[in-house]
Amino acid sequence: MAQDDNSGAELAAADSSHAAHASDASPGTALIVQDAFENPGFPAHRPRVTDENPQREKRAQRTVYTLFYLSILGSLWAVAAYMLFPMESNNPGDVRLNNLFIGLGAALALLALGIGIVHWGKSVMEDVELVDERHPIGGSPETQAAAVKVFTDSDRESGFTRRSVIRNSLIGAIVVFPLPALVLFRGLAPQDQLPVPLLSHTMWRKGTRLALDPSGAPIKASDVTIGSAFHVIPEGLNDLEHGKLDEKAKAAVLLMRLEPSELNELPERKDWSYDGIVAYSKICTHVGCPVALYEQHTHHLLCPCHQSQFDVANHCEVIFGPAKRPLPQLPIAIDDEGYLIAQSDFTEPVGPSFWERH
Amino acid sequence: MSTASPTTGTPKRSFTTSAAVYVNERTSIAGFVKELGRKAFPDHWSFLLGEVALFSFVVILISGTFLTFFFQASMAEVHYDGSYVPLKGVEMSVAMASTLDISFDIRGGLFVRQMHHWAALLFVAAIGLHMLRIYFTGAFRKPREFNWVIGFTLFILAMAEGFTGYSLPDDLLSGNGLRIIDGLVKGIPVIGTWTSFLIFGGEFPGTQIVGRLYSLHIMILPALVIAFIALHLVFVVVHKHTQYAGPGKTPQNAVGPPILPIYAAKAGGFFFIIFGVLALIAALFTINPIWNYGPYDPSPVSAGTQPDWYIGFADGALRLIPPGWEFVWLDRTWSFNILVPLIAIGIFIVLVLMYPFIEAWITGDKREHHIADRPRNAPTRTAIGAAGVTFYAGLWAAASSDILATHFWLTMEGVIHALQAVVIIGPFIAYFITKRVCIALQKKDREIVLHGYESGRIVRLPGGEYIEVHEPLDEYDRWRLVSFESYAPLMIRPNARGKITAGQKFRASLSRWFFEDRIAPVTKGELESGHGEHH
Ligand code: FES
Repeated sequence: MAQDDNSGAELAAADSSHAAHASDASPGTALIVQDAFENPGFPAHRPRVTDENPQREKRAQRTVYTLFYLSILGSLWAVAAYMLFPMESNNPGDVRLNNLFIGLGAALALLALGIGIVHWGKSVMEDVELVDERHPIGGSPETQAAAVKVFTDSDRESGFTRRSVIRNSLIGAIVVFPLPALVLFRGLAPQDQLPVPLLSHTMWRKGTRLALDPSGAPIKASDVTIGSAFHVIPEGLNDLEHGKLDEKAKAAVLLMRLEPSELNELPERKDWSYDGIVAYSKICTHVGCPVALYEQHTHHLLCPCHQSQFDVANHCEVIFGPAKRPLPQLPIAIDDEGYLIAQSDFTEPVGPSFWERH
Repeated sequence: MSTASPTTGTPKRSFTTSAAVYVNERTSIAGFVKELGRKAFPDHWSFLLGEVALFSFVVILISGTFLTFFFQASMAEVHYDGSYVPLKGVEMSVAMASTLDISFDIRGGLFVRQMHHWAALLFVAAIGLHMLRIYFTGAFRKPREFNWVIGFTLFILAMAEGFTGYSLPDDLLSGNGLRIIDGLVKGIPVIGTWTSFLIFGGEFPGTQIVGRLYSLHIMILPALVIAFIALHLVFVVVHKHTQYAGPGKTPQNAVGPPILPIYAAKAGGFFFIIFGVLALIAALFTINPIWNYGPYDPSPVSAGTQPDWYIGFADGALRLIPPGWEFVWLDRTWSFNILVPLIAIGIFIVLVLMYPFIEAWITGDKREHHIADRPRNAPTRTAIGAAGVTFYAGLWAAASSDILATHFWLTMEGVIHALQAVVIIGPFIAYFITKRVCIALQKKDREIVLHGYESGRIVRLPGGEYIEVHEPLDEYDRWRLVSFESYAPLMIRPNARGKITAGQKFRASLSRWFFEDRIAPVTKGELESGHGEHH
């Protein structure tokens, strides 16, 4: 293409066509074109139809005030709709009507008003176009010099530079004074608890019965048929006075029964299941969503949040997705009445990874 | 003001004049009106995007203020006792119950709530589109670099406003969103565990978070947004608006209708139009039906749920990480499956924030720029922008990977792998194509200036040959096509001490990358000699 050979000599002041304010700021590597076209200046003003045709102007005016009257109608309709469409009947359909008709009234009021004003501006107001001159953003050299003088004068009068001990101690004090305010924010978390022990334990204990979520009814091993999956909470969770959700966020468990032959159990976990019944934490090891989707014929658990998939037949190891660790397994057994119970708490922290976990 | 004479009771003075004089003598407002009232405001449809953002924020403020009178930001447990029958007696937080009351027991409450939510979605979207307009027209160049930074900060604040608001009702979906935030924060090395503990006031979910988010949502964040918008607009006044190249327009002038009355009428009317459109959408389309989701409970979740659109890119980034990116090292857990998305997004944000300064450094151009570029005339910048958009779009699409998979009968793995490719290779492809397209368009512009445009009139020559007659451009149309600047690649030259620094070399290579294949505007000489170039 044109002028590819730039020796740098051509990189002098560009923008020659606008001498008026051409500042002496460097144009960098912008090219000046020696025989560039000149700005032809403003084309002749083109009148609008409403400028030339008085009938069209009349019509535009009529449109504008009609829109404003329509807007008034819309507002009044919204007020009327507030009264005409009550919703105290416990019927969701009434809520929908109330919403619809108040909304349509308000929309009419606002749209007609807005379109009317814009139309007024575009076709009825005089079509004035102005040209403003731009001035350098930095101001004139005199203004800049005056500002510099203000600073040097005040520096001299205050001795900010000269009295360096005063200045530095001032800076020190200003840096330190917000510290107490920062420390106060320690109170955002409780003073008498530490996160790591809390994250490492759940409310499962030796002998805690597995109960249905949300009813809290204990589960008999004989009720768990092959292929079924149960959402489980520890028995007693529903009776907690405080922190029920905090406990549930750690203790939620999925219970599934597979053909014992299909279960590929780790040797050290041989006695953690009961007759093909296994219990795994339901809290995803990625960032903690409930892993709630069980695909019965593949034995895969799917986390709906970021699609991590866990293989129940293979001690819930990750087969796809961003999670790394298998879901922690809850060791289970049955008590003398045939109810499923936990052998202990989880043997590792459940849920998302955290720094101190290892 | 000529009317500001001290005489009172002049019989001919109208009421408006008297009122104006009264106010002015107590406020000195005349100077302000004189200064601003007749400023020329350049006009173009693409300049409206910023206004859409501003006006939807005003709608958010108005509707949100109404909602504060009814919403109660408490996580205390109650049994729901409102009008929505299916949830009667269900245990839920006061926050959730009061949101249901706004929807089912307060007439017009659902309307305002939906308008608030729709306006929030529009607010973030409009800021994003506005930023794309600024980027692709180079309107971030000196003197507007700070305003770019302020605007981008507003984009991030707007997303924070959106997320905190989304979390307030304490329904199942918003609770799951917070659960993800908790997991993300916990994955940050060293400070993660304690940070999560401080945010939630103990263990997740605790009983604090809704109240805390409420303070952020209605006090701290809006105060920041308002302050930054004010600053943003002050700079618009100080800099005067940019304008597109056109006959009569120069870098030294601003051309357009005066602020009073035409610009005020158009912008004021436009505010009501935005307000009205949002009202219409709120009347017709349900958004965030929390009554279908139920109160937050850490155990249930439903498949196929989506976050608000602007959170999608972050959620998608989490989904695209391949399995196994987490290690125990030095007896500590390093969650790269969380760190990598966080760092990638962080780098992306810093690059966007710094772009005006980077480009200024490469060109070395210290002049003020008030003429907005046509995107084709800055091919490398435009191509970089297209690459960034592709990267963002890939992350964003990944947030719907499950929906894409079920909708198009694909496997989850296939969708994830395809989107991984889009995010990593896609930007390069988009860069390449965009740059070629820009250069082709520039060549076409040159062609038109040199040989005129195709008139559509076919003429048969005496020899039997058919040609299409080309009409020359008039000088006004021509000006639009030739009034742009091109930059030459930087030549490395030794500095004062005769050395070539590494910085120089780096800058020169960036400059070469940017400006190597530039196309220069047609000059007078080329047109006159009548045989510009032949391709
Ligand atoms: S939380 Fe389960 S995959 Fe992210």
